[in-house]
Amino acid sequence: MLLLVGYFLGLYFFGSGIGGLIIALVVWGVMSLFAFFQGDNILLALSRAKKISRDDHPRLYNVVEEMKIASGLEKMPDIYIIDDPALNAFATGRDPNRAAVAITSGLLQKLNRDELQGVIGHEISHIKNRDVLLMAITAVLLGTIVILAWYATRILFFSGMAGNRRSSSSGGGSGQIVILVLAIVLVVLAPIMAQLIYFAISRKREYLADASSALYTRYPEGLASALEKLAASTSQLKSANKATAPMYIINPFRKKGMSASDLTSTHPPISERIRILRSMAGGASFVDYDQAYRQVHKTSRRIVPASAMATGAIGLRAAGLEVTEKEPDEIQRARETSDLLWRRSDYKTITCDCGTKLRVPPGFKASSIRCPHCGRINPI
Amino acid sequence: MIWYIIVGVVVILIIAFVVTYNGLVRLRNQVKNAWAQIDVQLKRRHDLIPNLIETVKGYMKYERETLEAITKARNLAQQAASSGPAVRAKAETELSSALARLLAVVENYPDLKANQNFLALQEELTSTENKISFSRQYYNDSVLSYNNKTQMFPSNMVASMTGFKASEFFEVSVAGEREAPKVSFT
Repeated sequence: MLLLVGYFLGLYFFGSGIGGLIIALVVWGVMSLFAFFQGDNILLALSRAKKISRDDHPRLYNVVEEMKIASGLEKMPDIYIIDDPALNAFATGRDPNRAAVAITSGLLQKLNRDELQGVIGHEISHIKNRDVLLMAITAVLLGTIVILAWYATRILFFSGMAGNRRSSSSGGGSGQIVILVLAIVLVVLAPIMAQLIYFAISRKREYLADASSALYTRYPEGLASALEKLAASTSQLKSANKATAPMYIINPFRKKGMSASDLTSTHPPISERIRILRSMAGGASFVDYDQAYRQVHKTSRRIVPASAMATGAIGLRAAGLEVTEKEPDEIQRARETSDLLWRRSDYKTITCDCGTKLRVPPGFKASSIRCPHCGRINPI
Repeated sequence: MIWYIIVGVVVILIIAFVVTYNGLVRLRNQVKNAWAQIDVQLKRRHDLIPNLIETVKGYMKYERETLEAITKARNLAQQAASSGPAVRAKAETELSSALARLLAVVENYPDLKANQNFLALQEELTSTENKISFSRQYYNDSVLSYNNKTQMFPSNMVASMTGFKASEFFEVSVAGEREAPKVSFT
């Protein structure tokens, strides 16, 4: 598409398609190289994510490691946390060896272990399927087309008058007019088409990631109930923007009551994703997900590429390998997460004998601190 | 003309052979790597157990049999560490169910459930159990695709010529693992 636009623009302006083609290629090359090498850093910096280690949050670290093992990923991805009450998570990294998963603190405290596993499974499968790279390239392509088309409309508009005089004096301009019309149509249509293609690809990869998550965890209900919690929350992620939207587990800009057949969304409707996951009665394989998809959509179109479906029947497992009631409840999880965030901002935490937690800011000079609750003096 | 065709066919055959052979090597390495993953996690569990028993011992005066059963199962599992998947799977299943019994009776000891050290250990243990089952899952998936390749036509010809043999699954008797521990609160 981009090459076509470049070719016709070049054909019109330089008398040969090659010039435009080269310009399109160079622009595209520079942009994709930049996205390729810096994309993950930019994304993480934009979302103000903080990297955490195993000791900061053992459960999160363990869950990520479990999913890494289940997916057969070779290297452990970095784990980042975003201090935001909104519920979301994303994966990034240009190749599976340089990947990262990020999760908002809001989501971390909202989900139980099985749900967390489902969400992390979804993100890890974005890494495993190289979706990050695919979407980055698609996004750059889309952006380039939009930029080129925008410039082209301006150039066409301004050179229109000058070109008119020239072609009328020389007489035979009919061939040029055909090319001009073609170029205009392409310039107008290309960005729209590109956008739609981009959204379609993004939605398809989301379905695939859901299917992979179910396959890795053998427990689609975990992801389904996590998505349910995500759907119920209304707070929007502050640090997300349009360019980074497809990386998140749910669309950070979604509005309530989005219609099911929305062509202009990066993510399929959550209710539909939940319904598909819940209809996976037979097993956890791609074949089962595909069947559930067709059942929910009442179509015969496949959502998972046939080449990926060569595996045999795969059974589901029961909830939690451990007895689930021993898990930390939501209050405990909230405490865990806030402890982690304080620690990440270099605050010291001292537990007083009366049970009060004292947060000591990084610049604090004195050698002891008085507990405001019971009055004991605690050394730092 | 006929010579060109013969040479072309030979070249295509050689390329097909090389591609199939490389595919087999890749899958065999994947199986080996997946097996190593299981190994790491099983060892990790063996290492966690002395720590767990040390922490739990002080609280559980009346569970000596349960603790001894775990120690015994662990020793047996360590002895089986150098055997093949089938023998190993059996020993590890024993250990799994012994551990599940212990974690089930923990419910009767509120003091223990409040112990930070124990909670951290429990998280580690839970996660290690999960990692074992996920690495087993990945191993079995890898073995399945490797075995399919060694047994299906035409790659089975390459496999038998160059000595690729089917691998063994790491199977756990379903009843033993899936059975939720029975706890009675009386």
